[in-house]
Amino acid sequence: MATTEYLPKQEMPDPGPDQILGPGHDNNTVTERIAGIVYLPLTKAPRKWLIGAFISFVFVNILMGAMWVLFTKGIGIWGVNIPVGWGFAIVNFVWWIGIGHAGTLISAILFLLKQDWRTSMNRFSEAMTLFAVACAGMFPILHLGRPWLAYWLFPYPNSMWLWPQPRSPLEWDVFAVSTYGTISLVFWYTGLVPDLASMRDTAPHLWQRKIYGVLSLGWRGSARHWHRYQKAYLLLAGLATPLVLSVHTIVSFDFAISVIPGWHTTIFPPYFVAGAIYSGFAMVLTLIIPLRSWYNMRDLITMRHIEAAAKLMLGTGLIVAYGYAMEAFFAWYSGDKYESFMYWNRVTGPYAFTYALLILCNILLPQLLWIRKVRLNITLVWILSIIINIGMWLERFEIVVTSLHRDFLPSSWGTYIPTVWDVATYAGTIGFFLFLIFLFVRALPSISIFEVREDMHHAKHLQHAYEEKV
Amino acid sequence: MSHGVELRELPTIHGAMAEFDTPEELITACKRAYGAGFRRMDAYAPMPVEGLAEAIGFKRNRVALCVLIAGICGAVGGFGLLEWITVIAYPHNVGGRPLNSWPAYIPITFECMVLLAGLTAMFSMFAMNGLPKPYHPVFNVPAFERASVDRFFLCIESSDPLFRVEDTLEFLRDLGGREVTVVPA
Repeated sequence: MATTEYLPKQEMPDPGPDQILGPGHDNNTVTERIAGIVYLPLTKAPRKWLIGAFISFVFVNILMGAMWVLFTKGIGIWGVNIPVGWGFAIVNFVWWIGIGHAGTLISAILFLLKQDWRTSMNRFSEAMTLFAVACAGMFPILHLGRPWLAYWLFPYPNSMWLWPQPRSPLEWDVFAVSTYGTISLVFWYTGLVPDLASMRDTAPHLWQRKIYGVLSLGWRGSARHWHRYQKAYLLLAGLATPLVLSVHTIVSFDFAISVIPGWHTTIFPPYFVAGAIYSGFAMVLTLIIPLRSWYNMRDLITMRHIEAAAKLMLGTGLIVAYGYAMEAFFAWYSGDKYESFMYWNRVTGPYAFTYALLILCNILLPQLLWIRKVRLNITLVWILSIIINIGMWLERFEIVVTSLHRDFLPSSWGTYIPTVWDVATYAGTIGFFLFLIFLFVRALPSISIFEVREDMHHAKHLQHAYEEKV
Repeated sequence: MSHGVELRELPTIHGAMAEFDTPEELITACKRAYGAGFRRMDAYAPMPVEGLAEAIGFKRNRVALCVLIAGICGAVGGFGLLEWITVIAYPHNVGGRPLNSWPAYIPITFECMVLLAGLTAMFSMFAMNGLPKPYHPVFNVPAFERASVDRFFLCIESSDPLFRVEDTLEFLRDLGGREVTVVPA
């Protein structure tokens, strides 16, 4: 393999919204292009990558600092108190886990639906899922107060013969999130193995070949291997699909099973799942749009992918809008005075500005995506994706804080103001997440190489069949 | 001494290998090799090729069965664990609710089912594929480096009863492979 040039010299043009792959590619060129990003020596890394990785690493250190203060002083450094016992930690937990869900949607659900455009995005979004789940998982543990006792959440034989309460949605969450993290990792690694074998055989340096060789487990692409592999991959997709729905359903149960006005509602599970996928697609776009330009991958991740993701954002965004409408409707229709007070307070109370921003970010502005010109305008799509990320964070803030801060008795009312440590921890996890993404694109193939080969093979067959018919 | 004779009979070659440019050529070659009576052979491709496994006579695998069994074990085990915790190990009266409140156990039961089935899907697939495998003779062929990139290989193994080095190499040449080589064990 000619490895003198890792990235193509000239700008690769985008083949437009009808093509999932640029012209002139064969099995060898896709391998060279996708693996070339990893083989690129660190000294030749794009300057933007270096700057991005450095800034995110600074935030990783901020996270470490915030954790250190938290562990030494306790959760009193956060803004949480009665009545708002759940603050940023839970808001961020739900936000991060929701972001992860688009990765599973792209890799599992779109795989089952045979959407061939998923191929260029699934590996990257699965990695995003893993890192988002890692960030999400941190928050409930940090919120424990005594995080070193987190293993008490699992049922294990202990000297006190005490067991967790399996009727509690918080315990369901432990199982849901840990299963989700594990299965996401399994799905991701299984998908990686054939590509790791390609890298074992093409890497320019011996040490790289050794590392990828160990990771690829000696994969040799035998027909028998592929036969079992495809079956296992299909089954994993089939298992991950209900899993992703169950995880955010259970996350919504953390709220819906309680009797707090604003939480105790049956619309929560579907509306949480739709919101998760909405925010996840927004995050995929936020990350993949700059990445494809930094690494000159416009012919591998094309406008076809961007537009499809934008359409899915629009669709799930409308489901979320329906959820908001139903919340408002039932606050009135139920005739429950606590419920209607909560809703009125959410819209006009001290946090009214966050509600207004939420509607603007999540409902009003994304309607621009109805227009094809907007969907095909890469800058606008990128800006909208960031706006939706913000909107989805505000949604969780609304749900957690405005439902809690006006307790049943006015004497128990309170206000929640996040402290600098709340913000530092949150910003720190964003840095941690981005840092992992930056490392990932340098260490592993960020597009599934063998699946692109498979797509090209299928496309050739279709073309052949079409020509014979004509 | 008969012992020495046995040693010499040990196979020193793994098989004979032919290289192809396209998956279509490989499938045709596999079908002809199967038709000629060869059974112990394997085809190698850089991506899954529809019909390739069937062409070398490999039609069914047991991954799905393993996953089904694991899924059932996960569900039964998960549900059983919760029942055991709440009814036997740690019966706890919370506001007079029944100890066996099974509907509340369904989410964890489901998660345990998915967890065990998913892990089994990966591990059973790798185990039945014989992976991880640090050494395999096919990698002794230098050109095999491209089996994970853009080349397609058929290897008829020496353990096949019909395998005769010269004849099999000749047979592979007839199939139209671009390069035919002996694979040292």
